[in-house]
Amino acid sequence: MPKAPVAQPKPEDLKPIPFGTGYKLIGHDYSTNELVAKVTGQAKYAEDFRAEGMLYCRLVLSPMPHARVKRVNAEKALKMPGVRGILTPDEVPGHANYVNDNGTMIKADKFSELALADEPMYQGEPILAVAAVDELTAANAIEAIEIEMEPLPFNTDPIDSLRPGSANAREKGNVWVREGREEKLKEVKWTADDFAAEKEGKLPTGEAPDHWSYGDLDAGFKNAALVLDETFSTEDVSHQCLEPRTTMAFWQNGKLYLYTGTQSTMQTVPAIARWMHMPEENVVFISEYTGGGFGSKITGALTLVVPALLSKKLNAPVMMRISREDEHFIGRARPGIRARTKVGFAKDGRITALDMFLVSDAGSYGSNGDGGACGQITSLLYQPQAMRWRNVTVATNTPPRSAQSAPGGMQAIAIVEPILSKAARKLGIDQVALRRVNSPEGKAQYGPPGRDGDRDYVTSCYLKQALDEGAKQFNWDARVARPKQSGTKVRGVGVALSCYHGGSTGFDGLVVITPQGRVQIHSGIGNLGTEAFIDVHRAAAEILDVPWENVDIVWGDTSKPLPYSCHSGGSQTVHAMTRAGHAVGLECVQRLKEVAAKTHGGNPEDYVVANNRVARKGGGSAMSFAQAAQAAIKLGGIYDGHDVNPQVNAYTKKSVAALAGTGLVVSAKDTYKHDGDSFSFLACFAEVEVDVETGKYYITDYLGYADVGTVIHPAALGGQVLGRSTLGIAHAIGQKWVIDPQYGVTVAERFYTNRPPSILDVPVEMKWNALNIPDPETPVGARGCGEPPVGGGCASITNALADALGDNIFQRVPVNSDTILTSLEAGRPMQNPFVAHI
Amino acid sequence: MAVIRDIMPAFDLLQPASASDAQQLLDRYGDDAWVMAGGMDSFDWLKDRIKRPRVLVDLSGVDELKGIRSTSDGGVEIGAMTTLSEIGSDPTIRKNYSLLSEAVEHVAAPQIRNQATVGGNVSQDARCWYYRGGWPCYRAGGNECFADTPVGRNREHAIFGGDRCVAVNPSDSAPALIALDAKFVIRNSKGEQTVDAEDYFVGPTADITKLNILKPGDLLTAIRIPATWSGAKFYFEKIRDRNVWDFPLMNVACAMKLSGDTIQQIRIAVNAAAPTPLRLKNVEAAVVGKPANADTGKAAGELAVQGAIPLQFNAYKIPLMRNLVKRAIGGVQEASWA
Repeated sequence: MPKAPVAQPKPEDLKPIPFGTGYKLIGHDYSTNELVAKVTGQAKYAEDFRAEGMLYCRLVLSPMPHARVKRVNAEKALKMPGVRGILTPDEVPGHANYVNDNGTMIKADKFSELALADEPMYQGEPILAVAAVDELTAANAIEAIEIEMEPLPFNTDPIDSLRPGSANAREKGNVWVREGREEKLKEVKWTADDFAAEKEGKLPTGEAPDHWSYGDLDAGFKNAALVLDETFSTEDVSHQCLEPRTTMAFWQNGKLYLYTGTQSTMQTVPAIARWMHMPEENVVFISEYTGGGFGSKITGALTLVVPALLSKKLNAPVMMRISREDEHFIGRARPGIRARTKVGFAKDGRITALDMFLVSDAGSYGSNGDGGACGQITSLLYQPQAMRWRNVTVATNTPPRSAQSAPGGMQAIAIVEPILSKAARKLGIDQVALRRVNSPEGKAQYGPPGRDGDRDYVTSCYLKQALDEGAKQFNWDARVARPKQSGTKVRGVGVALSCYHGGSTGFDGLVVITPQGRVQIHSGIGNLGTEAFIDVHRAAAEILDVPWENVDIVWGDTSKPLPYSCHSGGSQTVHAMTRAGHAVGLECVQRLKEVAAKTHGGNPEDYVVANNRVARKGGGSAMSFAQAAQAAIKLGGIYDGHDVNPQVNAYTKKSVAALAGTGLVVSAKDTYKHDGDSFSFLACFAEVEVDVETGKYYITDYLGYADVGTVIHPAALGGQVLGRSTLGIAHAIGQKWVIDPQYGVTVAERFYTNRPPSILDVPVEMKWNALNIPDPETPVGARGCGEPPVGGGCASITNALADALGDNIFQRVPVNSDTILTSLEAGRPMQNPFVAHI
Repeated sequence: MAVIRDIMPAFDLLQPASASDAQQLLDRYGDDAWVMAGGMDSFDWLKDRIKRPRVLVDLSGVDELKGIRSTSDGGVEIGAMTTLSEIGSDPTIRKNYSLLSEAVEHVAAPQIRNQATVGGNVSQDARCWYYRGGWPCYRAGGNECFADTPVGRNREHAIFGGDRCVAVNPSDSAPALIALDAKFVIRNSKGEQTVDAEDYFVGPTADITKLNILKPGDLLTAIRIPATWSGAKFYFEKIRDRNVWDFPLMNVACAMKLSGDTIQQIRIAVNAAAPTPLRLKNVEAAVVGKPANADTGKAAGELAVQGAIPLQFNAYKIPLMRNLVKRAIGGVQEASWA
């Protein structure tokens, strides 16, 4: 594959394409196969499963942000009627090396969390589990347990952790540094001089272990018509999945059966095996429905381990339901980032130089990639001519972070967009025009040069078209021209660019045409709650030219053989699995033709596949799919799964073997070429109305205009664009953590205090649209859209607020009445952008 | 003892069918009894295992405590167990006392209003997150306030009336009932007494562990709204972070009688500014006889916040209260595009 970008024609002439053009299934709305079960309550989530003799367990959470468990006395608890047992940290399998899909040995991360901790690193970390005949008995037993804990030094604020003499979150240090493949901790304390900028309201800067740069930064600033040096902070935000990570486990004939909700069915199996130190083939995993994950349930969670171990220990099925408070602590969160960003602009608004310094909050376990992604997305989305990125990832005694929709990308956009807005005002340039001049296009490059000196680039980008079309649909020019203030109300409009990764490659498709003539598509994708896990199979059905009513999807249970599939994360599903679907569709057509030729004579090329039949071109011999499947079973070998496509993953091979003899069994691997990295893009527009006497504001309109390649399922895409925009909007309007730093303890662990948005917090009629211009680097042309809207959702709101109120109101999100009123009173931003968790 | 939340402990559930039965149960169990109206406050406490009553007296089956009735003086009596949804949709209240309809319609969310009662709404406990989290603060019987420290998280706390506790009263209906000069009917074994709405609430100086005057054995049975303020000029506004299911950052309720533009009589109260709903008597006195216009409102707002003491993170409540009082009296300059 060439490393240098392939020259492409400028995409200015490309126009939006009506959805579904040229396709029978793709681009057309339909009811997904699981929909009726979901809306009628028939769908079974983890909590809905029961097993005979099932016990319930509950977790004991650490009340301290950092402590050592010195003594546990559960004698009284264990004597209580109905109490069956407890699980302690010493009974949990420790860190272990593992071999990944490529056969590479991955060394155990000794800093990663285990299911139960004897040295809890954050308030709310599970330290014990108790199983009993019911939850009330388990809870009563927990209250009878005596736990002696030794408090240890802690720090919940990343900036404070960098101050001279401050406490570290861990004994070994406070800042994560990468040495080769390993993340290590070291102590980093900035000097008093480093903190001098704090007095001016600027983020202090000091030693930063992570850094890269490209271009001539000094020249960029020197040649700039305007240079802005801005400090901005984003908040830590919990995933708040509506379905907590409840799990039920039992053992049968040496196999572990686990029921929970995850973002991947197939890929959760090796994760469980790794955590449990057991062979993959002894894990049966059931995850048919999942009530949201947003990156926090990619391959399940460590909470799977506790019921699995208790079930083994007590020889009974164990259900561990996770309460909303438990979920707040163990349910993962997006790391907040404190940023100082200096940006130089030319007269026309083009970014000549961008110098970004980040302090990322890693929370209690491990480093995270948000700071890194923040730099990468900034370089892609705004195409600065020169850029430097520096980052410090600080360990704190706060709940663990993980990827949350658009990890790092959301923060990048929230941090940079207000600077663009301010620059546009100062330079007298229209906001859309300033973004257009900086927008990526075509095979846009991003990030720093690699070891070979080349920069990475994307597969395609038509963001300028999305920006133009969106501005038209939103009536941008007319809105800008309207009066801004009337009475106590001020209104503002905001536009923001947005993007994130939109696909991966190399997965397998697996189709069985049954002797009854049904097209049975097996899928190891997790049912995250979006419809993409069904939608992607329209690619195979389209190629097979079968009515969708003739297609069954098999998913959610590894006892039903599943192929090697991507997880529903990283916005990769639509891209990755339409490719796999396309590949297996073509393979299936070929096998059908071969079966027909072997049965009725002639060559495979003499046959066509359409409408549940394989028939000789121009008339004559024909076979129904049912007949073809029956013939395939007679033929055996590659046709009924006794032999397998050698290209597919080992996991798929096992599944094909398990399906052998059940019909025409076809598997295929996505080996399509793919020049560049797949990203999806959006232009997001919002309008707000603010009451300057109360600081209360309403979002009065919103539009997300997407460049996501071919639209597979319009209704589902609309749900993704607006749903994930709402997740971004949540960051702007109020969702947050509140932690008392003196005690290191969360005080806002309930919905009404940490405030995820309600449906009434967004406009009644949010709007979306998409270009539907296919990505040239993938056969169906489709990319993912789970994450790309999030940053634009947030920043379009903050940009609209700044348009309404000016640039001296906020230096952090969320922005609420308190922010607005105090700053309006003072005429300058009044909320300290560095203090964490207020 | 290890702590666990989100699992309700066992208690005896007593479900009287009459007020007198309820009364007897409260007398019998005294401090051991927990009175539950709609449960919207109670269930949080119980599920968190912080309040541990021996018996729970559930009033949901006491029909005589429900409903909205006309009184002989032309006012209305609202049973304490009447749901907020019923109050919000009652034609008489909407016509004559729309201040209250509007206030209750701003409470929480429709599902909660279908279950929550007016008695519960005015009697609910403080929502200070330290107190609700089981911290051993003064209000919980300890000897410390965790919110009022140099780094305490106190964005939603009081700017008035803090006395070892800076929690606020979170009720939306309370200031409206104060503005309407409502009377609260309390029954106990000694008989029935009626108190002015504003006297129903107590601050930490009087009793730091409670937000109202109810004692063990007391039952709030009804709220009576006199005809005095029927059809007056009303103003209610609640500012909250979310547009639904949120407690007030602050609210204001005002009833005015005007002669032309001149304020003849006025009652005005705010809540979520102090541990009790605040009736602003100084403001009332200052504006009577003045025109109900922007200038009067502005002066009233400035008077209202005199003496306010902000904490680390709640200084915004001063301009918020100032402007809410201003708007209540002087009106809101609406946008011409509205």
